[in-house]
Amino acid sequence: MSVMAQPIPQGTIVSRVGRRAQDWIPAVVVFGLGIAAWQWLIPDVFHVQRFLLPRFSAVMSTFWHERGTLWSAGWFTFKEAVAGFALGCSVALAIAVVLSRWKRVGGAFMPYAIAANAIPIIAFAPITNAWFGLLSPWSKIVIAAVLCFFPVLVNALRGLTSVDPESLELMRSYAASERAVYRRVRIPTSLPFVFTALKVASVLAMIGAVVGDYFGGSTRSLGVQVQSSVSLSQFETAWAAILVASILGIAFYTAIAVVERFALAWHPSTRGASE
Amino acid sequence: MSANDAVVSIRRLSKAFGGGRVTALQDISLEVARGEFVSLIGPSGCGKSTLLRIVGDIIEPTSGEVTVNGKTARRARLDRDYGIVFQSPVLYDWRTVAKNISLPLEMLGWDRARRTARIKEMVELVELESFEGHHPWQLSGGMQQRVSIARALSFEPALLLMDEPFGALDEMTRERLNLELLRIWSETGSTVVFVTHSISEAVFLSTRVVVLSARPGRIAGIVPVDLAQPRTAATREDPRFFELVTDVRERLHAGGADEVLEEATLE
Amino acid sequence: MSAIAVERPREPRAERVRAALGRGAVFVLVAALLWGAWEGYRWLWMHEHWTKPFLVDDISMPHLHLIARQLFEPARVNGPLLITILWHSALFTAKEAAVGFAIGASVGFVLGVVLAHFRILQRGLLPYIVASQTIPIIAIAPMVVVGLGNYNIAAWLRVAVIAAYLTFFPVTVNTLRGLQSAEPRALELMHSYAASRWAILWKLRVPSSLPYLFSAFKVSATASVVGAIIGEAPSSIPNGLGGAIINFNQYYALEPKNLWATNLVAAALGIFFFVAVVVVEKLVVRRAPEHVA
Repeated sequence: MSVMAQPIPQGTIVSRVGRRAQDWIPAVVVFGLGIAAWQWLIPDVFHVQRFLLPRFSAVMSTFWHERGTLWSAGWFTFKEAVAGFALGCSVALAIAVVLSRWKRVGGAFMPYAIAANAIPIIAFAPITNAWFGLLSPWSKIVIAAVLCFFPVLVNALRGLTSVDPESLELMRSYAASERAVYRRVRIPTSLPFVFTALKVASVLAMIGAVVGDYFGGSTRSLGVQVQSSVSLSQFETAWAAILVASILGIAFYTAIAVVERFALAWHPSTRGASE
Repeated sequence: MSANDAVVSIRRLSKAFGGGRVTALQDISLEVARGEFVSLIGPSGCGKSTLLRIVGDIIEPTSGEVTVNGKTARRARLDRDYGIVFQSPVLYDWRTVAKNISLPLEMLGWDRARRTARIKEMVELVELESFEGHHPWQLSGGMQQRVSIARALSFEPALLLMDEPFGALDEMTRERLNLELLRIWSETGSTVVFVTHSISEAVFLSTRVVVLSARPGRIAGIVPVDLAQPRTAATREDPRFFELVTDVRERLHAGGADEVLEEATLE
Repeated sequence: MSAIAVERPREPRAERVRAALGRGAVFVLVAALLWGAWEGYRWLWMHEHWTKPFLVDDISMPHLHLIARQLFEPARVNGPLLITILWHSALFTAKEAAVGFAIGASVGFVLGVVLAHFRILQRGLLPYIVASQTIPIIAIAPMVVVGLGNYNIAAWLRVAVIAAYLTFFPVTVNTLRGLQSAEPRALELMHSYAASRWAILWKLRVPSSLPYLFSAFKVSATASVVGAIIGEAPSSIPNGLGGAIINFNQYYALEPKNLWATNLVAAALGIFFFVAVVVVEKLVVRRAPEHVA
């Protein structure tokens, strides 16, 4: 890296906003086109039936009228997702630290953790229902937790062990304890890997919680809302509920991304390099 | 050279890897006195970096004895008697220049005030005053190595171990940093053991040049460098400089270096 | 005197046999540990009558060897053996997953190529592509299945479309990253040959992106199986593993081992797809996988 030290270019407010506008205007345009398509193209031109995808305005008005039930259902499911996320990620991180300490063991187990990530966890939803009861949030929390566990474990372990050997030699020259090496080198090095996994896990947790409902769940949850709306032919409500699930998933992901931006301000991917 | 003056004392050191299959170093004996600047030079694979790491107790020898500052290498490492600089700066991206320099100080448990004072001194020593708040990736390679040197010297070790620290830099930067390093050496009065594959760099910097043979590494010769101190850019044009460079080159040849390392073709 | 110590290389065969035995030993050890953990947990909880986090009995945690034995029992009275049923279900789901994977990977790849070349499309579409993965596919599955039914598409193919939906995203994202990861020096070389965009794509970018692609394929392999199972469930398609899960779930209290056996088969299917991708990768890429962030 032979970039000469330079002050970060600032420029005038106008040019900064102008540069940023270039970034988000296309997305806004697509958004507008998408809404237009939903409202007119799909129902009127393609004649897609109401039970497949109701008109945008119909879904939106139901979204507004039913907002009380929808958001409380969303919150109920969101809590399950967050609890599962917290549980799965913290156990995964703890185990990753332990496994990275004993490299031989960690190396031996890695392929199995990676293979276990390939198991369709969702197929265990009926079993967690049997364990904790259909109506208990724990059955969904456990599914969300297991969904989060493997990606975070694999990535955290990879991050903790990807420290460059010279850095470890440097630490040895400081007669650093293992704890110090973890605190000062391994953990900061693993952060980019961990955050990537946390972002993936956040979406998986939300999806897991909703999908879990399909195998049986409380009427206060989002997934059951969708199912019962469909069975009552209230397709607008069903889609409004799906929208709520999506919005919450995006919100969860974005929250992690924002934390990442702060925690990884120093990392190449967040250095605001124009790509 | 009495034993009391020797900062590093190596006696009949050997190192073999892979269960005895590869002998990196064979029967090395060497003493480095306080305040010396000793270069280790030899062809690739001759074990010079290995030797440096054994002195730093980063690797263990197979046989033989190493004393640093009158203690075992291990004790010296635990007492933090030396600082080490590698070919790559090994700086941490998540720390500013100032915080990178203070890393060993934090680990030694220095309080904030003391650390801040020392950081200021070190930053002035390596002439990076306005860059304390920068991150490593905002600096050039040469500047990063200066930070690495500042960090190595931050806790005032008696001994400085350097493993081809300027190897990755261009010739101009390297020459400039050579002068910087000599200035720092005279200002701090430390002892330096310096590994390089550049003959001219070795002769320019050192008080003695130790030539190692090709694998298994043995001492092929020691060349005392009697050029005037302090060395300047003009020293490189001194006829005595060329004589010494030739001397070192011939000993490298004799030691079995298949390729004589020409300055112009250094990568 | 060029006495460079030459190391005599070990007999390759001996090394490889040792390594293989080592891996086999670890495999047996892991299997034994898992089995021990299961039976140990079971024994301990039942012995101590602990009820947290859930009650442990023959219904909630059957013995592993009994689950294995259940495979060779008829699933219904006078019906075919469980293993036969599960085998056919697995094949059915595997077909959906494989086709879904193929469709999703192709679409994902093309999309990635397009987005890599047209920055404005990337900025416009990428946020929605990311957002699309937050829509719970299980909720949309019935609509997709019914909607495609209007076009006389076979039921399994409709589920394959659902599997494709879960598959395309990792491939798109990684194709994009992979295509953009070509070394600047290599690009300059291409420009010096006045290579067309197309040539650069196929001769440089795509080969550089192979590690990223395989990384995505490993995730997608699992996702396609999950998508297939989830796609079958709400659409009441009985032939696959999703259908088997729903079916055996209904009778869980009567015969829990059937559902457990189905889960084991589903797990095996997921792992099989994953291992298949790893094997292909070893053949195509010719270096160790798992080296790409």
